[in-house]
Amino acid sequence: MDKLLLDIKNLKLSFFTPAGEVKALNDISIQMEEGEVLGIVGESGSGKSVTAYSLMGLTAYPGRIVDGTVDFNGHRINDMKEHQLRAMRGNEVSIIFQDPMTSLNPVYTIGNQIREVIMLHTNLDKKEAHRRAGELLTLVGISDQEKRLRQYPHELSGGMRQRVMIAIALACEPKLLIADEPTTALDVTIQAQILELMKELKSKINMSIILITHDLGIVASMCSKIAVMYGGKVVESGCVDDIFYNMKHEYTKGLLRSIPKINASEHEKLVPIEGTPVDTLNPPAGCPFAPRCSKCMKICLSRMPAYTSVNEDHYCACWLLQKADFEARADNKGHTEDSAAVAYGVEGGPK
Amino acid sequence: MGVYIIKRLISGVITLIVVATMTFFLMFMVPGGPFLAEKALSPQTLQALESKYGLDKPVIVQYFNYMKHLAQGDLGTSLKQRGRDVNDIIRIGFPVSARIGLIAVTISLFFGISLGSMAAVKRGKLTDNIIMVIATAGIAVPSFVVATVLLFSFGVRLNLLPTVGLSTPLHYIMPVIALSLYPTAYISRLMRSSMLDVLGQDYMRTAKAKGLSWFVMLFKHALRNAVLPVVTYLGPLMAYIMTGSFVVERIFNIPGLGSKFISSITDRDYPLIMGTTIFLAFLIIFMNVIVDIVYKLVDPRIKFR
Repeated sequence: MDKLLLDIKNLKLSFFTPAGEVKALNDISIQMEEGEVLGIVGESGSGKSVTAYSLMGLTAYPGRIVDGTVDFNGHRINDMKEHQLRAMRGNEVSIIFQDPMTSLNPVYTIGNQIREVIMLHTNLDKKEAHRRAGELLTLVGISDQEKRLRQYPHELSGGMRQRVMIAIALACEPKLLIADEPTTALDVTIQAQILELMKELKSKINMSIILITHDLGIVASMCSKIAVMYGGKVVESGCVDDIFYNMKHEYTKGLLRSIPKINASEHEKLVPIEGTPVDTLNPPAGCPFAPRCSKCMKICLSRMPAYTSVNEDHYCACWLLQKADFEARADNKGHTEDSAAVAYGVEGGPK
Repeated sequence: MGVYIIKRLISGVITLIVVATMTFFLMFMVPGGPFLAEKALSPQTLQALESKYGLDKPVIVQYFNYMKHLAQGDLGTSLKQRGRDVNDIIRIGFPVSARIGLIAVTISLFFGISLGSMAAVKRGKLTDNIIMVIATAGIAVPSFVVATVLLFSFGVRLNLLPTVGLSTPLHYIMPVIALSLYPTAYISRLMRSSMLDVLGQDYMRTAKAKGLSWFVMLFKHALRNAVLPVVTYLGPLMAYIMTGSFVVERIFNIPGLGSKFISSITDRDYPLIMGTTIFLAFLIIFMNVIVDIVYKLVDPRIKFR
């Protein structure tokens, strides 16, 4: 369980568009051990999917890794040739996408599309691959396999198609499954079924999962570790309990405040996070969340805070923590609060 | 599927009757007549000719006479080419036009699909721009210009290719090029836009995530989806191109059906006008049924109702 499966270090990834460089990932580091379930949470455009795609070498044109390294399962993804990446995709790491309605090719049968990936990465012939495809359908909870294998995607429901996508993803028993908002396009009961299935499969096949979502409920029920992303940065990461019960970053707090509570009174209002998502074409110089943060300080707007370690697994990038940290140390040495503020250029405290 | 085809056949027959009726009455609304263009005939001769061909009867009577013969598959006798049946004219002319037409369609399909796909894959790059400039030119330049330029350069100046008739395979080269340039250009543009659309689809991302090579992605996953608009265009294209082109057949002196369409109208050769029009309508209807069946084979989502 201790072997590092995924090690993303200081990854910077940009899309070079005619309008300019869009910094989709701005210096992110994520580590993952074998057997872990990592949740990546954040709003649209925060860089969740781009992070996952980068480790499959799936970064879409005109995106490019500018700096940093991605190591997965002993490979340095940055240095891999296209044919090496191809051998890895669908085999060591596979992915299921948000919309099962459009993720399967409409003109080929389910059987054809499952067989294809099996025959690509193993030595099975068509007949054996067909049998294996049937087994996979059983595994993902689809009955009447022979009939299903002959059907086309449009003849299946959304939940069924997502099961097929999972079957395709699991065909070669990958080390890592990336689930990119796997339930967003499904209705609630089907969501629960798909998540239950993923949990079950995780224990059957020894694989790790990266779960990308903006649904914190899903994260709480599935993940062991969480990385909260905002504006192309990981602003806070830690184990589930750290994030849910001891969150430090203002954005994480905002996210958790904006979930409806089941025991809330009928007229209680949800607390939204004010403001608009960060403009990645012209990102702010400091903390990306600063313009929307209620506790924003002057320094937040000009410099990005370093990570403060809350405990062994729990890291957070916020000036408030740095300030508190400094004050704690300053107090020990007998300094006053003012000198801490001066040292960090904090004038007038929170706005 | 059997029921569907029967339905289509019935609606096809109705369409043909409508086309025949409209053409018939429109034709008689045009001033002039088949025997006016020649040197002045004596009134007696004219009357004799008209009564021989039944042109002296009221139009409505002529219409029912014509439809009666049409129902038996008899398209009548040409008024200009005395003694020749319209059926025979079509039977002799059509294979000639159809042969050149089929070659041209095959060539257009091959080059149109490959050039269009290539442009889509190399989107925004030099290859794409070159292909699209050529395709736009191919659509803009009319076939009589292409045909004359080919004839003048390869036939007359360089003296490489024969210019008249269809006696050897070499004779086919220039007419086929002249005929296929426009459809090739059109199919390339069609293919490029639909390929671009398909390449951006989620299932292409799935294909890539499976670890498939770009060759398999393109030829297995993209092509079959992208080719649908081309199939749609193919129906009318086949019908038009196989019935021959007036311009190309005139310039290269090919005894096909194409020139008959125009000359029959200027000649007021009523039975030939009717015959060629009905034949073209029939081909279009027939090709569209074929296209629908092909459509079903390419895309399993399509259901016949």
